[in-house]
Parts: sequence; structure tokens; C-alpha cells
Amino acid sequence: MVDGKKLVVSASPHLRTKDTTSRIMLDVVIALIPTLIAAVILFGPRVLAVTATTVITAVLSEYAARKVMKRHNTIQDFSAVVTGLILAFNLPVSIPLWMAAIGSFFAIVVVKQFFGGIGQNFANPAIAARIILLISFGQAMGSWTAPLSWRTDAVSTATPLAIIGGETQEALPSLLDMFLGIRGGCIGETCSVTLIIGGIYLLARRVISYKIPVAFIGTVAVVMLIAGKGDLEFVAYHLMSGGLLLGAFFMATDYSTSPIKSNAKIVFGVGCGLLTCVIRLFASLPEGVSFAILIMNLLVPHIETIMAPKPFGTVKEKKAKEGEAK
Amino acid sequence: MAEKKSLGKEFTKGLIAENPVFRLVLGTCPTLATTTSVVNALGMGIAAMIVLVCSNVVISLLRKVIPSKVRIPAYIVVIASFVTIVQMIVKAFVPALDAALGVFLPLIVVNCIILGRAEAFAGKNSVIASAVDGVGMGVGFTIALCCMAAVREVLGAGTFLAGAQNLLVLFGDNVLGGWNGFTLPWTEYLTPMTVFILAPGGFLTFGVLMACANRLAESKGKPRAELGGCQACPMAKNCALLAEGKGCSEEKKEVETV
Repeated sequence: MVDGKKLVVSASPHLRTKDTTSRIMLDVVIALIPTLIAAVILFGPRVLAVTATTVITAVLSEYAARKVMKRHNTIQDFSAVVTGLILAFNLPVSIPLWMAAIGSFFAIVVVKQFFGGIGQNFANPAIAARIILLISFGQAMGSWTAPLSWRTDAVSTATPLAIIGGETQEALPSLLDMFLGIRGGCIGETCSVTLIIGGIYLLARRVISYKIPVAFIGTVAVVMLIAGKGDLEFVAYHLMSGGLLLGAFFMATDYSTSPIKSNAKIVFGVGCGLLTCVIRLFASLPEGVSFAILIMNLLVPHIETIMAPKPFGTVKEKKAKEGEAK
Repeated sequence: MAEKKSLGKEFTKGLIAENPVFRLVLGTCPTLATTTSVVNALGMGIAAMIVLVCSNVVISLLRKVIPSKVRIPAYIVVIASFVTIVQMIVKAFVPALDAALGVFLPLIVVNCIILGRAEAFAGKNSVIASAVDGVGMGVGFTIALCCMAAVREVLGAGTFLAGAQNLLVLFGDNVLGGWNGFTLPWTEYLTPMTVFILAPGGFLTFGVLMACANRLAESKGKPRAELGGCQACPMAKNCALLAEGKGCSEEKKEVETV
């Protein structure tokens, strides 16, 4: 005892980072805000109504579900806010608000809380909710509003992927328009530049690792380069269309539904990329990012098991058995 | 049989405490496939109940005659005969139901509930107890199917009892006075969620209702239906192997050594 102070003896860990769940989630919210602003400019104030609906429903559902299940409340960790925001980014601006609310409720209650809440969900709640809405309300989820048309009369349009797929005869937006987000699509997937800024912010803050986005986007680029027979413009359209950037930076990197080990992350990213390409090129759907991420979410435990590192000094089971046989 | 239960208990256990669908998790395949509308579910439930009661009675009558080594083929023959009869009746009198249920009607032959009750109950108990058990389980199955179908039809199609006329076509074309199920009033403003008619919605409804049934049975002091270990098996108290102090895994080992 020095100066009458007690010597504190405690169990490890002794060093802690300042990262908390709420801090990480807040970083994701910050990274999403530029895209939200861009979406309001592109698609009008209704974006805010849709976003507010999903976020408020998500937070209320989280509160109510935890209350009913008699568990401690987790709304202060902002994860429900992030789910709500990302779900809104995955919806077309013209979606009826009650559908958005149902999607948000589904994401939080069924996909997240039924499986034990934050960190326990097997699939990304926002993606699962988007797919449920897509299956349930095909028409509402597939009607796109032309960008910058909200001040006059909202004009319907097609997404670039539908145009590439030959479903309509509309003209493709220019690559610059694609980069700035002046194209048809979901609220938060069109503006490539703000999504990239948000992604770089998350990378710089070390909230996400570069492995999943790079593997995901890189795989799509390589496959599309082969599929387009070396046409770089085709590759650029595929990288900036659909929900690829949103999915790669914000949805595939979700902590509880992506692998922990670094080589498993690369396998996960490549898998997402391959499935996206397969769906875009061969399936009857124009877009496949959400399905690709959902399928890979389900495979995460198996990827982790296969990629489990061998403890130093141990022998593989097969070899050990062979040794015994000898 | 070690414990003697009253007939009333044999009947009521099938409703919630040992509900074949939600507590024993038997017959999942027809449950998921035929519950897209209440009318189909009702038809399936009644067809299965008729087969269940008849096969339980016959198997119970024959329980001293059937050698235990060939009991499963013998049970299947009995069950298949009744399924054939029911299928012919349905084809003749309710053709719309036959078209809607398709392959799931003949598949009642291999329905786990019916074979399970033959194995676990009718093969060891008296005729009357077996008949009552069959009725109870059949009603439990029908209730479970109708609960699932009600949720799925209301949310997924925005109707309730749609096509009710098809079930009663035997009594004339206009027996319900032209009424053919409700269309729910809110479908004018709200699009039904198609996903509930599809497979994912079926699994979702199944899981949620199973949780509710567990909760209901638990509140009556019955233990939670948990998987894992022989004692947790819902068939535990009827299991012949467990009575001998062995589990299903031991039987497997014996087979392997033979």
C-alpha cells in the first residue's frame, strides 16, 4: 500500500479500446448521411418520409420486442437506426409507407430479435427485409422514379441493369450520370460518389476491413470483364449499377453476418461477387446483390469452419490416423 | 402399458399438449405444403383424420397377430388401403380438393403422424383407446393446419375460407347461396403479402405458431419440447427401447453389428 491507496488487482483484459457498439453504429450512420443528402436532392423530400418511417419503426419494434421478451433494452446502441437507414436505402422512393414500415418491423422482430438480438442474427436484417418485400410486393418494389423529376411530375423509368438486360429500350445514362447517381434505382444505391466517400470514411475509421468490399467488387469487375469480352465500359456500368457499392461497403460488412477470420472474409467477398454476377448474367432477375449477400450470410458458419486455422504444432486428423495405422 | 389414462385424456392430449404438428413436429411436409388456404387445410386435416382413426382401429385389432419384426410393412399396408379408399372418395365427390392437394393426398400413406401413432399407440393399446387417440390426434392435426392456413391465407392472399363452395360441391352447386369465402375489407388499400403463401412464409408461420403452442403447453405445467437426448424426445414415454434402458442410438449400433 502506497500513500494509503489500495492496490487494484483485476482480471485481464487491462487495455480496452474506446470502441463501443454505439460508437461503431454512429460511424455507420455518419457514413450514410452523404448518400441520404444526395438521395433527397435526386429523388425529393419523399426520401425523408420513407427513411423516417423505416428508422422510427425499426427503433420502436426493437424497443417493443425487447420489452415483450423481457430482455434488457438495446435501442441505445443505434443498431436499429442503422438497420432502418440501410433498409430505406434499399427501397424505391415511390414505395407506400406502410410497406416500408412492415419491412422494418420484419427486419427487427423476425430476423434480429427472434434469433436473440444484436450479434445473434444469422442474416443481415435489412437485406432479409428487402427480399421479403421484393417477394411480397413485386410491383411496388419494382417501380422506379426518374431522378430529378420530383419537382414537376414524377416520371417512371427503368434501372440501368434492366436496360442492359434488354428489358426496355430506354437510353442508358452516361457514365458520369451513373457516378453522380442520376439514374433510376433504390433510394440509396444510385449515387456512387457518396457511397464511395462513405465507404472510405468507414475504412479510415477502421469500422470495416477492406477485405470484403475489395473481394466483392473485385470479383464482379473480373467476371464482368470476362463476360463483356474486355469491354471496360460494360464493367464500369456493372460496378456502378444496382446495389453493388451499397451492398459491398455497408451490408456485406455487417459484423454479425460476415466472417471474422481475414482469409474467410476474402472467401465471403468472392462468393458474394460470384453470386451477384451469376444472378445478373443468367437469372431472370436484373439485380442480385441482395440475394448474393443473403446466401453468403447463410454460408458464413461453414466458411469459418473450413477456414479454421490449424493450431501450431498439431497434426491434421487424417495424417494422425495414417500415423496410427503405420 | 404401464400407466392407464382415461379416454378423455387420450383425446385432449392431441389438441395442445401433444399436438402432432406443433409439439411432436410430425407431418411437417403436408403442413407446409397444404396450408396455403383454409379450405385446403381443412380438407387435408379431415382426410388424414379419417385414415388415422381407421388405421388405428385396424392396427389395434391386429396388434396380437402382426409379428413385431414385420410390423412396419404391415402397418403401411393397412394405412395404404385406407388412403386409397379416401383418395377415391375425394376424387369422386370433392374433385376440386383432389386437384388442390395433388400428390399430398396419396402421400398420407407415409405421413409420420399416422405411422407414428400406429407405432407408438395403436400397436400397444386397446381398440377403443386407439380410436380415441386417432380422433384426438386427427383433430389436433386439423386444428394446427387450420391455424397455419388462417394466418397464411389472411396475410398472403387477403381472403378467408376462399373456395369454400368447392368442399361442398357434393351437396349441390349453390349450397352456400353463392357465398364463397370472405375477401378481407382492407385488401382494397393494402396489398396482401404474397410471401406468406410461398414457402418462406410457411416456415415463418410454422415457427411462430410452434413457439405459441410451446408457451401454451408450458403454462399448463408441461415441460418445454426440447430437442436433444432421449428423455427430451416427445415419444420418450412410449418408446420401447427407452423402457429397456436403451436409446435409438443403441438400436443403430445393434443393426450395424448384425
